[in-house]
Amino acid sequence: MAQPYSDKVMDHFMHPRNVGEMENPDGVGKVGNPICGDIMEMYIKVKDNTIVDAKFKTFGCGAAIATSSMATELVKGKPIEEALKLTNKAVAEALGGLPAVKMHCSVLAEEAFKAAVNDYLIKTTGKGLPDFKPHDEPLTEHGH
Amino acid sequence: MKKIYLDNAATTPAHPDVVLAMQPYFSDKFGNPSSIHAFGQETRSAVEAAREKVARLIGSSVEEVVFTSGGTESDNFALEGVAFANEGKGKHIVTSKIEHHAVLECCEFLKKRGFEITYLPVDQYGLVDPQQVKKAITDQTILVSIMHANNEIGTVEPIAEIAKIVKEKGVYFHTDAVQTTGHLPIDVKELGVDLLSLSAHKFYGPKGVGALYIKKGAKLVSFLHGGGQERGRRASTENVPGIVGLGAACALAQVSKVAPLRDKLMQGILSRIPETRLNGHPTLRLPNNLNVSIKYVEGESLLLNLDLQGIAASTGSACTSGSLDPSHVLLAIGLPHEEAHGSLRFTLGQATTEEDIDYVLEALPPIVQKLRSMSPLYKGAK
Repeated sequence: MAQPYSDKVMDHFMHPRNVGEMENPDGVGKVGNPICGDIMEMYIKVKDNTIVDAKFKTFGCGAAIATSSMATELVKGKPIEEALKLTNKAVAEALGGLPAVKMHCSVLAEEAFKAAVNDYLIKTTGKGLPDFKPHDEPLTEHGH
Repeated sequence: MKKIYLDNAATTPAHPDVVLAMQPYFSDKFGNPSSIHAFGQETRSAVEAAREKVARLIGSSVEEVVFTSGGTESDNFALEGVAFANEGKGKHIVTSKIEHHAVLECCEFLKKRGFEITYLPVDQYGLVDPQQVKKAITDQTILVSIMHANNEIGTVEPIAEIAKIVKEKGVYFHTDAVQTTGHLPIDVKELGVDLLSLSAHKFYGPKGVGALYIKKGAKLVSFLHGGGQERGRRASTENVPGIVGLGAACALAQVSKVAPLRDKLMQGILSRIPETRLNGHPTLRLPNNLNVSIKYVEGESLLLNLDLQGIAASTGSACTSGSLDPSHVLLAIGLPHEEAHGSLRFTLGQATTEEDIDYVLEALPPIVQKLRSMSPLYKGAK
């Protein structure tokens, strides 16, 4: 059977890491919308400025689920500052690449994590990420 | 692994007898039907024999059948052919919101060339209201195009009733019968249409060949310009093997008998998986079509999981089409976006067995449960 996805994407899609809700998360990020068919929620736990745990729930296609899973794997255990350097390209590369029409899913995963950090920073310092813009408009610019 | 093909609306396998019928026309009987010599005459008679088989299947006369490259060409030919031949009379075309892209995109093309298009809405089941067709027709209207049955949700439209109204107004009527030809009985006279599109690969014929029924006397501009093939309607050397295959498929066509299996699949899914709904009309639908929405999950995720278990189906979710919006048909019947993204279409075929259906009914509920457990939209059974 020929899937449009790499083996790594299929592995993370069929066996997602860190899936599920988190009890008392320190930060929650919700991005996407039902119109374009992808909704991601990411939850983080922070200790000493480090992401000690990350979980997600996703409504979406194979790439959306796989990128959520990979993003949580990539940020776990990292200091916030370092984890914030996570780019959608890094998520896609870690998955062995994504079809061009699915790159927007990796953008969503990056934004879901940043939204969670933003939420954490607002709760703890009263100030969010300086250049963070919550994304609740249809993602037309991501070249669906 | 078991392999179960439930995507027969996308395409069907060519019947072995169809392939056998086509085989001599590649290398052995290869003449150009326009040639006067024996090589040409041999394929000329094969093409005309195939035309007779198509005509018999749809109840037309042989001169009214024009071979094309398939459903898309037949639809484009009908719309553009009528539009450009009759624009002196008016530039208004009436169609529905749930037509195949081969009609909708053609209408958009004509719109850019100065035609006015009315896209009629449908009800929650996908039915076009004949009275709305009547109201939409103006003295500028030259063509109405309404599909015989919808390819996504399977709803069968009241074509004969609409045709009566359209003909009373003296307007051309086209129907896209790509999903019904070879599955439901078709008689162009009973339907009362002027133009009808059909495609071979949807009913066990080869890909790349179809036909357009053009009622005698209908005015259309030619679709391809060149030689005088197809009585000047469509130039180009005939696709002889394909045309022979289409003829063979027409001769083999039987009214679909898969409705009981489809019903079993439908009842199984709706009763075993909570928060699912049937899309399309409960009874006025293609016998081989089942379209359901499964709440809180997305279609491509469902398809990938089914595919890993050997089951082939399709979805109206945007995630598989490369476009932003989910199926225009599902939105037209009023589904919210997330339910349109969570749609699954199963289309049964001659090879479908009861075991196949049982297998799907075993495989699907755990897949849905797994995906729902990951979905932020799912807050447990309501």
